[in-house]
Amino acid sequence: MTRYLELQLVEQAIITLAAMILVTSFALLGQSRVVATIRTFAWQGWLLALTTALVAWDIGHPHLYVSALLTAILKGALIPWLLTRQARQLGILRDVDSIVRPGITLLIASALVVFCYSVALPIGQLVEGVTRDVVAISLANVMLGMFMLVIRRKAVTQVVGFMALENGIFFAAVAATQGMPMVVELGVAFDVLVAVVLFGVIFFHIRESIESLDVDALNRLSEGEK
Amino acid sequence: MRDSLVLYLTAATLSSAIGSSVSALLADRYPWILRLAAFPLLGLSGLLSLAIAALVLLEGVSLAIELPVGLPWLYWHLRLDALAGFFLGIIGIITAIVSIYGPSYTRKYQQSPYSLSALGFFTGLFVAGMQLVVLADDAFAFMMAWEVMSVASYFLVAYEHHQAANRRAAFLYLLMAQIGAVLILLCFGIFGSFSTDFTFDAFRVAQLDPLWASLAFALALAGFGMKAGLVPLHVWLPEAHPVAPSHISALMSGVMLKVAVYGFIRLLFDFLGPLRWEWGLVLLAVGSLTAIYGVLYALVETDLKRVLAYSSVENIGIIFICLGFSVTYLANGAPILGVLGLIAALYHVLNHALFKSLLFLNAGAVIERSHEHDLEAMGGLLRRMPWTGLFFLLGCLSISALPPFNGFVSEWLTFQTALQATALESGVLRAVIPIVAAILALTGALAAACFVRVYGTSFLGQPRSRHVRRAREVRTGMLVAQACLAGLCVLTGLLPTMVVALIGTVTESLLHQPIAAATRHGWLWLTPIGPETASYSAPLIMLGVLMALVAWFCVWVWLRKSRKSNPITRRDPWDCGFGGLTPRMQYTATAFAMPFEQVFRHTWRLKTQVTREMDADLPTKPKDLEYQLEVEDRVWLWFYAPVGKWVLNASRHVARIQTGHLRHYLAYSFLTLIVLLWLIS
Amino acid sequence: MKVVEWLFALLQMAVFVAAAPLFSAWIKRVKCWLQNRRSPPLNQPYKDLRRLFSKQVLLAHTASALFRTAPYLVFGATVIAAAVVPLIALELPTARIADAIVLVGLFGLGRFFLALAGLDVGTSFGGMGASREMTVGALAEPAMLMVIFALAMVAGSTNLSTVIQSMLAQGLALRPSLLFALLALLLVGIAETGRVPVDNPATHLELTMIHEAMILEYTGRQLALMEWAAQLKLMIYGVLVCNLFFPWGIAQTLDVASLLIAGVLLCIKLIILGAVLAVAESLIAKMRFFKAPVFLAVAFTLALVGMLSFVMLESAS
Repeated sequence: MTRYLELQLVEQAIITLAAMILVTSFALLGQSRVVATIRTFAWQGWLLALTTALVAWDIGHPHLYVSALLTAILKGALIPWLLTRQARQLGILRDVDSIVRPGITLLIASALVVFCYSVALPIGQLVEGVTRDVVAISLANVMLGMFMLVIRRKAVTQVVGFMALENGIFFAAVAATQGMPMVVELGVAFDVLVAVVLFGVIFFHIRESIESLDVDALNRLSEGEK
Repeated sequence: MRDSLVLYLTAATLSSAIGSSVSALLADRYPWILRLAAFPLLGLSGLLSLAIAALVLLEGVSLAIELPVGLPWLYWHLRLDALAGFFLGIIGIITAIVSIYGPSYTRKYQQSPYSLSALGFFTGLFVAGMQLVVLADDAFAFMMAWEVMSVASYFLVAYEHHQAANRRAAFLYLLMAQIGAVLILLCFGIFGSFSTDFTFDAFRVAQLDPLWASLAFALALAGFGMKAGLVPLHVWLPEAHPVAPSHISALMSGVMLKVAVYGFIRLLFDFLGPLRWEWGLVLLAVGSLTAIYGVLYALVETDLKRVLAYSSVENIGIIFICLGFSVTYLANGAPILGVLGLIAALYHVLNHALFKSLLFLNAGAVIERSHEHDLEAMGGLLRRMPWTGLFFLLGCLSISALPPFNGFVSEWLTFQTALQATALESGVLRAVIPIVAAILALTGALAAACFVRVYGTSFLGQPRSRHVRRAREVRTGMLVAQACLAGLCVLTGLLPTMVVALIGTVTESLLHQPIAAATRHGWLWLTPIGPETASYSAPLIMLGVLMALVAWFCVWVWLRKSRKSNPITRRDPWDCGFGGLTPRMQYTATAFAMPFEQVFRHTWRLKTQVTREMDADLPTKPKDLEYQLEVEDRVWLWFYAPVGKWVLNASRHVARIQTGHLRHYLAYSFLTLIVLLWLIS
Repeated sequence: MKVVEWLFALLQMAVFVAAAPLFSAWIKRVKCWLQNRRSPPLNQPYKDLRRLFSKQVLLAHTASALFRTAPYLVFGATVIAAAVVPLIALELPTARIADAIVLVGLFGLGRFFLALAGLDVGTSFGGMGASREMTVGALAEPAMLMVIFALAMVAGSTNLSTVIQSMLAQGLALRPSLLFALLALLLVGIAETGRVPVDNPATHLELTMIHEAMILEYTGRQLALMEWAAQLKLMIYGVLVCNLFFPWGIAQTLDVASLLIAGVLLCIKLIILGAVLAVAESLIAKMRFFKAPVFLAVAFTLALVGMLSFVMLESAS
């Protein structure tokens, strides 16, 4: 415990922001309105950008500043705007994707976090610096993003889950290896952007086909005999 | 000198219990024998057990004898150490108080078609069986005493056997008791195969392979858990406890479940050797599930004794959570904290015996006077049965874990144990233990809600049925028994340091680790780890309450003049101006539980049926509304129905050998003969 | 234990109890400012209490002895809770009578008798208030315990004085566990004291009441005690938030100078906290009762993340 107090204020801020990102992952699991989900995702993007900038300042790798700026623009502003626009065009912006069993969901999510912590313990030994402590949190974000993909039923919230998963991977990269090479980052960022645009197109066609965007109803698209 | 005194006391205890049974055999012809001989002998047995417990715990006396009964190569061994003494004390207190309650309560059976001698006979045998289980020092004596206890209580549960539902409940109880006994026997078998003979001394030194040790742990958990009432093996509890006479329910719920816990503790801490932390996690998981399941079902049941039965399930879950904490800490090299966990478990064992017996005796009084089992038919009993109401209130306060009563102390000790999780190395355990403690907090709060519901619906408000309106207070014997238990609940809450010191001798003998810090600061402060970490002073809180009451009294006296000019007057309650409030307009027990049903709706299998009858002249005006709620235990569907189906399928396959042809049966005998000859040669 | 310390502890408790209506009056004043109304004077709650104490007590025909004694028990339990919470001085003997978990237990005791009083008269409103109050209380307790856990893990103790001392010793550090514990404690405090958005303390519609429904049948001095107990509970939560998370200035020794500074600083902290609460109440609408479990689940999640972030982030070995 005294070790925590010996850290500088910047490093303490990084750890606090990491915990706040974990809270946004929990919030994404629990939000039932589509508008609120997209807004929470935007918040997660901003927090992630701020964390990356602080890590850049602490460690002194200037390319992380570019990374942070990219994250802020893309995940904090552009992608939420695109998702909102598509959802409004499809008329599903005001939808509600209710959680089936919030108590069990919360318990499973906390069990996932504890599990990630136990898995990440040996990894933490290999990493240097302040970001060692947040490796477990970043892994937990990845797992919670995947869990969100499993339990959500509306297509838009599943896309947000996919984005949250990508956020978690990005955060894990920042935590474990102090960012990815610039080429990889730009590539991944543009892939994500393209994915969002493609999702919009696919949603439109799915909705034309089966007149609903409920993921569970997608089994109607199968050709096999019943 | 003291050893022989203990020996005589033990002999006297057992013989008075058996004497009570034997004397009750004449009770059919002479009913006064129950009042003058059977119950007093039972009470004597209880008091002697208590005396033995005091000698063992305070003076450190112990006993180990070998009786010339039993199998020729395995005589009965009896042993009295601190753990046995503690549980013998619990048996003694409750037995003594039940024997005060019994004569007045069983008077109603004199005009019934049921046999009084059966009641008295099996009660004495039941108590003797429980005492022998606690004293037994070898596997054979233990199993014999266990069977005596189970079978005697079966006859007691089936006492009012003219109703088919009671017979079914008793049969279920006997079936599960036997299955549990078989599992315990298998567990002893494992120990027996690793040691020279079947005495517990040999079990203590037996070295089990890790795999066999885990298997023994699983069998013990299943076997003793079935008797104690762990989910999903608890299904007999809500069926059997409501059916038995109330003083027997008090004995079963207050004492018999604890004897099962005794067996488990003896096996886990005394025989099994080095503990593994996985066992601790299993205990925590099973305990949490049991606690939450029990309390959620207690919240929706409307039969008073079924609520108490499910609440017993919840408390057993809490005891197993404490045991889980203890095992986890002991397995991770924190012995002081492990001892603290075990102390919390044993304290809760004592508390539950006290307040659950009190609640069952109260329920017996209420049901006898109001002739109603259903909470929805009671109400307003506080004015008609004021003393029973007061003792019921004390029981409800104790079981809801509110300061300064005893339930709170064991819960506080459990939380203090859980809070020390930072001493552990494993990060996973440091995260899991607080989550389990949060589940424990939830069950405690839900238990408080449950007992507000029970007390509010039955004693407060207005009476909802005819018999309840005319209920009177019960006879003195029953009141004295309730008063004793209520007083003990308050005492064990106000003097936790003394109780912890007593329990400390038990844990010291089991785990060889003293707990000096808890009572180091005198009788006033309970400081389990250290005064800076946490301290609780129940007497001072009680003093604060008393000072508040004194202050109120002073103000009351001072305001006497103004009270004479402004006397308290009675008016109608607020009815929105419509008038005509009837007792049907109050909140029912089901209505009280409705917000919980909304939050936890997936826990139960609820079948609701609403029938609305509209007015003939005005079709939109409702004339009558009927609401039916049926609660089913989910475990039947998820656990027992598949098991039952599997057993039936398997037996159907095996039944294929029953072809009906005589030649096939002759062929079976022929084949068996060939195989045997081949084996011999 | 020195007699002076005990006397001072009793004096502190008396000041606590006496100042509680003032805190409620301040919150009401800020709300009125925000609503562009003229607020009642700051001593209005005292005038109300005095008026109620002098009025005649009316009881329903069906009220029993429990109904008559419940106000005294509820008020007594809350006063003992107030005695335990350090107001302006640490290291008082009353602080060692009970720790944070006993504090939660004392509130539970008060809630138990309040709910029973609601059920006693045999009307629908009392039953409704009692059932809702027990639901909110049952769901708030795990969240409150998680907050205590997070604090106890950081400070190594559940004794409130020791926790505050360890917070002071840490200085200005940015800890995620404490940040989330603070947020969770604010949410739990709102739920337990019956403020918007869980319950509206100024409502007159019976179907939206929780606390008011249980005390609907009380009159005269019994109503005065119930109201005072509610105001005292709100002040206790306010003092807990201020002293546990922003403890700078609290007196560690019993000399006049540090006590005065502590008193002044506490007043400033409570003024700010009251204003924040009033602003929050004015911005958020009251929820439907069946959304209250969601609210408390959010509180529990925050406290859980706080505890997890302590285990995972702050105590890494």
